[in-house]
Amino acid sequence: MMPALLKNRDVLLALIVATLVLLVGLRAPVFLTAESLVSVLTDTSFLFMLALAQMAVILTRGIDLSVAANLALSGVMVTLAARSMPWLPIPVVLLLAIVIGAFFGAINGALIAGIGIPPIVVTLGTLSIYRGIIFVVAGPTWLTSKDMSTAFLDFPKSTLLGVPSLIVIATTVAAAFAYLLSQTQTGRGIYAVGGNPVAARYCGIDLSKQQFLVYTMSGAVSGLCGFLWASRYGIAYTDLAYGYELTVIAACVIGGVSVAGGIGTVRGALLGALFLGVVVNALPVINVSPFWQMLISGAVILAAVVVNARAERRSGKLILPEARRAAAGGSAV
Amino acid sequence: MRWASQRLSPTFVTPTPLPNLSVLMAPTPLLAVSSVSKSFPGVRALHNVGLTLRAGEVMALIGENGAGKSTLVKILTGIYTPDEGEVRVAGQPVTFANPRAAWASGIAAIHQETVMFDDLSVAENIFMGHMPMTPRGRVDWATMKSKSAELLGRLEADSTPDTMLKRLGVAQKHLVEIARALSHDARIIIMDEPTSALSEREIGELYRIVEQLKAQGRAILFISHKFQEIFRIADRWTCLRDGEQVGDGNIKDVTQADLVKLMVGRPIDQAFPKRIVPIGDIVLDVEDMSNATEFDGISFKLRKGEILGLYGLVGAGRSETMMGLFGLTSLMRGTVRIEGQPISIDSSSAAIAAGIAYVPEDRQGQGAVLPFGIRENMTLASLEEFAQRGTISQARELDATRSLGRRLAVKAANWEQRLGELSGGNQQKVVIGKWLATKPRLLILDEPTKGIDIGSKAAVHDFMGELAGEGLAIILVSSELPEIMGMADRIIVMHEGRIVTEFVRGAATAEQIVSAASGSGHSEAHA
Repeated sequence: MMPALLKNRDVLLALIVATLVLLVGLRAPVFLTAESLVSVLTDTSFLFMLALAQMAVILTRGIDLSVAANLALSGVMVTLAARSMPWLPIPVVLLLAIVIGAFFGAINGALIAGIGIPPIVVTLGTLSIYRGIIFVVAGPTWLTSKDMSTAFLDFPKSTLLGVPSLIVIATTVAAAFAYLLSQTQTGRGIYAVGGNPVAARYCGIDLSKQQFLVYTMSGAVSGLCGFLWASRYGIAYTDLAYGYELTVIAACVIGGVSVAGGIGTVRGALLGALFLGVVVNALPVINVSPFWQMLISGAVILAAVVVNARAERRSGKLILPEARRAAAGGSAV
Repeated sequence: MRWASQRLSPTFVTPTPLPNLSVLMAPTPLLAVSSVSKSFPGVRALHNVGLTLRAGEVMALIGENGAGKSTLVKILTGIYTPDEGEVRVAGQPVTFANPRAAWASGIAAIHQETVMFDDLSVAENIFMGHMPMTPRGRVDWATMKSKSAELLGRLEADSTPDTMLKRLGVAQKHLVEIARALSHDARIIIMDEPTSALSEREIGELYRIVEQLKAQGRAILFISHKFQEIFRIADRWTCLRDGEQVGDGNIKDVTQADLVKLMVGRPIDQAFPKRIVPIGDIVLDVEDMSNATEFDGISFKLRKGEILGLYGLVGAGRSETMMGLFGLTSLMRGTVRIEGQPISIDSSSAAIAAGIAYVPEDRQGQGAVLPFGIRENMTLASLEEFAQRGTISQARELDATRSLGRRLAVKAANWEQRLGELSGGNQQKVVIGKWLATKPRLLILDEPTKGIDIGSKAAVHDFMGELAGEGLAIILVSSELPEIMGMADRIIVMHEGRIVTEFVRGAATAEQIVSAASGSGHSEAHA
């Protein structure tokens, strides 16, 4: 039973995360307190949300390199808006951030789906453009907590039934993605265009519609995270979350999302993000330098890819009747 | 004597000995294939095939689609190894572990569609894989270019060694491929339908090159569907049918009618479970359907319960026409009516909504979503049916999958099993099931039995009859004559993008159908 369970990559990844947490806990018991663990989850909330949005993009055989730039741009714009209109209620600010992010995501979507430019080229371009626009709208100055209202800054510290709002929002986003991808026609279409674009086209599923949707969603999540990031850390400037897109993509890959498209689960992407969140938050507790953290994350990315490749290769076709029976595991067809 | 005029420099010469004068005096064939057999799981591709090819001759290899010509070519070029039998080159038995070994023995193939590197120069394409090197291990560009120029000059090609391949037309690319064969000092050159993409003038050029190669004492295996060019260029012929060699001889001793008879001349021994079903009202009425480059003036009608066969050679535009009917290519003009209602088919979803289902030829490439489970594949074309305001009911999906899966006898561990894990035949059944789930009025089956074993074939045929009995109108696109003659109520024959003729069931012999498809029927009496 155990070896079979270990072959499940999600279980394996969860065990690795748990082992990592326990090992760090042995050296520094303070890490195992509820408070500390909640703080790890809170810090990782951004990664959870961004990884899910990125996964939807990767499922369609695409990539969104502009997420961190969009996050920074939306964060700056929403901070400016809240500064000039301090009377805006926070829910409206939050909504505004989503709309701004979705707008910039939709630009990616329009270029990719409408004109047919490869996603990596489009988002590589918009990555620079969005960072550039920050400078245009905000200038070289940093927006700090002095530019933000108390309500703005307090939002990430607020809780719902004792749960930090960041975790509540991340959970909501995760539930929405889980529903969209596994229960809806749209979700099935997203997987289908990545799994076999030609077959999807024959079935009347429109690739460009799915593409436009996933990049817009990715932008919306970036916008949401932009507001949350600015308010949690009390800062918004050109280099906010600089290079974070690579962490997001890494989380997807570690979580078993296939860069070839069509394969990936919400659970896997969340575990991938959790793993990176733990590496980044736990290792400093036991004085592991950031360079070791980078080395460990890099090694795990490669290991995950190797594990994926192995899993793909090992699954032969079930042609022999006895193989089919074994795969059915006794359950009647 | 001819070999003495070999102008290739010694660095080109491959390890195998060149035939010497004694070889020419004693007519040892340059290539001798004897008793070669090759089977794939469930399919016997070649059985006991023999073929001899002498220096300085052009041998036409003829046969219907699926007769085993490609398999034979793949054996000769080292892509497949034969299960049984022997291949001798200039009297020496050879076995090819890989394509490179075939090159080394002096066999080169020029393919229907050129497989080359568009973004490299002509010289690089000619010498890819065996570039001349300097003593210090670097590419010897000077030698490579001068040798390329010499080869191109010999072929009277317009291109220069530095030309980018993508700037060349198809005919010039063919010349580069021939130059590549010559650079290997290939003595046996296989040409697989080399004229299919060429214009009249370019074909004339090719004939000239073939004559030149002949004069140099090389042997050419020429695969073609076009009788006109076979009679123009070949010295001898060999015919394959159902993987067996059914005859050979000198071209001057036969007529086109003789060859057609040999190609198709088997009695239709497979029992086709053609059911006699009542033919109902008109379901589909296509009028003057045309697009810019692929098909023109396509008009036909199809009734409930009727099976319409669409026959033609490979490249006649059958699949393209069906893709047009299914909204996958844009039409220039023409009207399509379904049950009397004119419909506008601008996308596959519009076609599906109009009740058209299309099971494509390349089922794995165009039909199956391999990472998906059986259930998700089965419902992919009819998701609307299973969704309420966008949310899918998996229970209802599973119900439909179960009933279709059982009806088609899909063998799987369970209905969630990933399609990539199923055997080819079962993947195929799932793809067919996917289209039946759309509850179509018109079902287009493109080569539904290609590459499947006899048993599955019979099951597919039986199932087609059953569907027609239920009132479905079916278009059967097939390159297999017995299948189309056995199953179809009417047969439409296409040639070069146009319908050339139509036969009702039993009205035409196999020879008449093949002649029409070759474009040499009554319509081209002047040719």
